[in-house]
Amino acid sequence: MHYHSPTSVEDAVKVLAAQSGDCRILAGGTDLLVRMRSGLAEPDAILDIKRIDGMRSITREEGGFRVGAAVSGTEMAEHAALVAAWPGVVEATGLIGSTQIQGRATMAGNLCNASPAADSVPAMVAAGAVAQVAGPNGVRDIPVAQIPTGPGKTSLGPGEFVTSIFLPARPDRASDAYLRFIPRTEMDIAVVGCGVSITLDASGTCTEARVALGAVAPTVIEVPEAATALVGTPLDDPALSALSAACSAAASPISDKRGTVEFRTHVAGVLARRAAVIAKTRAGAA
Amino acid sequence: MSKIHVTTTINGDPTEFLCEADETLLDVLRDRLGLTGSKEGCGTGDCGACSVTVGGRLVCSCLMLGAEAEGQEIGTIEGMAEGESLHPLQKKFIEHAALQCGICTPGLLVAAKSLLEHNPDPTEEETRYWLAGNLCRCTGYDKIIRAVMDAGKDMREAS
Repeated sequence: MHYHSPTSVEDAVKVLAAQSGDCRILAGGTDLLVRMRSGLAEPDAILDIKRIDGMRSITREEGGFRVGAAVSGTEMAEHAALVAAWPGVVEATGLIGSTQIQGRATMAGNLCNASPAADSVPAMVAAGAVAQVAGPNGVRDIPVAQIPTGPGKTSLGPGEFVTSIFLPARPDRASDAYLRFIPRTEMDIAVVGCGVSITLDASGTCTEARVALGAVAPTVIEVPEAATALVGTPLDDPALSALSAACSAAASPISDKRGTVEFRTHVAGVLARRAAVIAKTRAGAA
Repeated sequence: MSKIHVTTTINGDPTEFLCEADETLLDVLRDRLGLTGSKEGCGTGDCGACSVTVGGRLVCSCLMLGAEAEGQEIGTIEGMAEGESLHPLQKKFIEHAALQCGICTPGLLVAAKSLLEHNPDPTEEETRYWLAGNLCRCTGYDKIIRAVMDAGKDMREAS
């Protein structure tokens, strides 16, 4: 196996283009090294992106935040302005694994690992996050929701890799939240996850909303009907009930050792309601 | 295939080693550098027995390649005591009998030291969450938590 650690995106793209075998991108490594250890991945080469300029930084851009593809969960949690603007995205990323995993694991890696149960992905989708992708045809921006196409599969083409995640600017009275259900308090994989992002007007009426669910379909899904249930309402009880119903209706989970179809379908609605209430409080609703 | 030459700092000492591209930092520490304090429990980042710090961050050395150590500051259990003088956490682990078989102990000590550096006065809940990635199959955790809380108290009083 070869180990590459280029220092620019251009060099990384060249290295990737020159590969004939299986070359894997290494950011935090918390999924890749486990796969290699278990024999699920036997790459011919690894391309470590951490020495590339910008991969490890969080920068302000157009009022929002560009989070480099190698920024760890801990680094996100230590960034006060990011936490203030996107508490749901940061808390979702912070739920991935232990303190040790948090020191390395990244949002971009969580996205590209393409697990339906990835914790940061519903929060990113609810946030309207956009992934920046570099490859042989240059740089392109693509909504995060369009990256995973199935369990372990992404829409990234040959020689492409995610260089950053962009979280847009937040107006006043806007916030987000992420909740997941696990049968314990820490260190587990989501049975269901739900991200909710809302914007309120001065009177407390919801003007914009986005809702996404994890672990209830082959990929994380956005639920437009759930957003529709919130917009134009003060997020009162009828609106929250409609949100719950829309999320349960959108869920098409499987039964496995972590939960049944019936349980996941029900919990999708419950988590959406609770996450919306948290987001509403964070947005400063009376 | 030619090995990768890595220049790094381990417990404050400039260190160079050669490793294969697919060798983990844990394998390098144990098999090439003779630093066998870090243990391999699971090899998949679940148990924390291989915990080290990299640039002040707590990580599992089984989930990092040796090649990634280039230019980094690595901290391992071997750097914890100063000569014959044990770190307060090490003393408290002995005092509280916070270990039985000892496999998890180096990782727990490195993780607990990292906790107290980031948060010198953690609550019990914060301590339990911080150490959730360090598994112990012997003690039931209570003695470990008591030892860490007690060491934190002593270290605060001493500073």
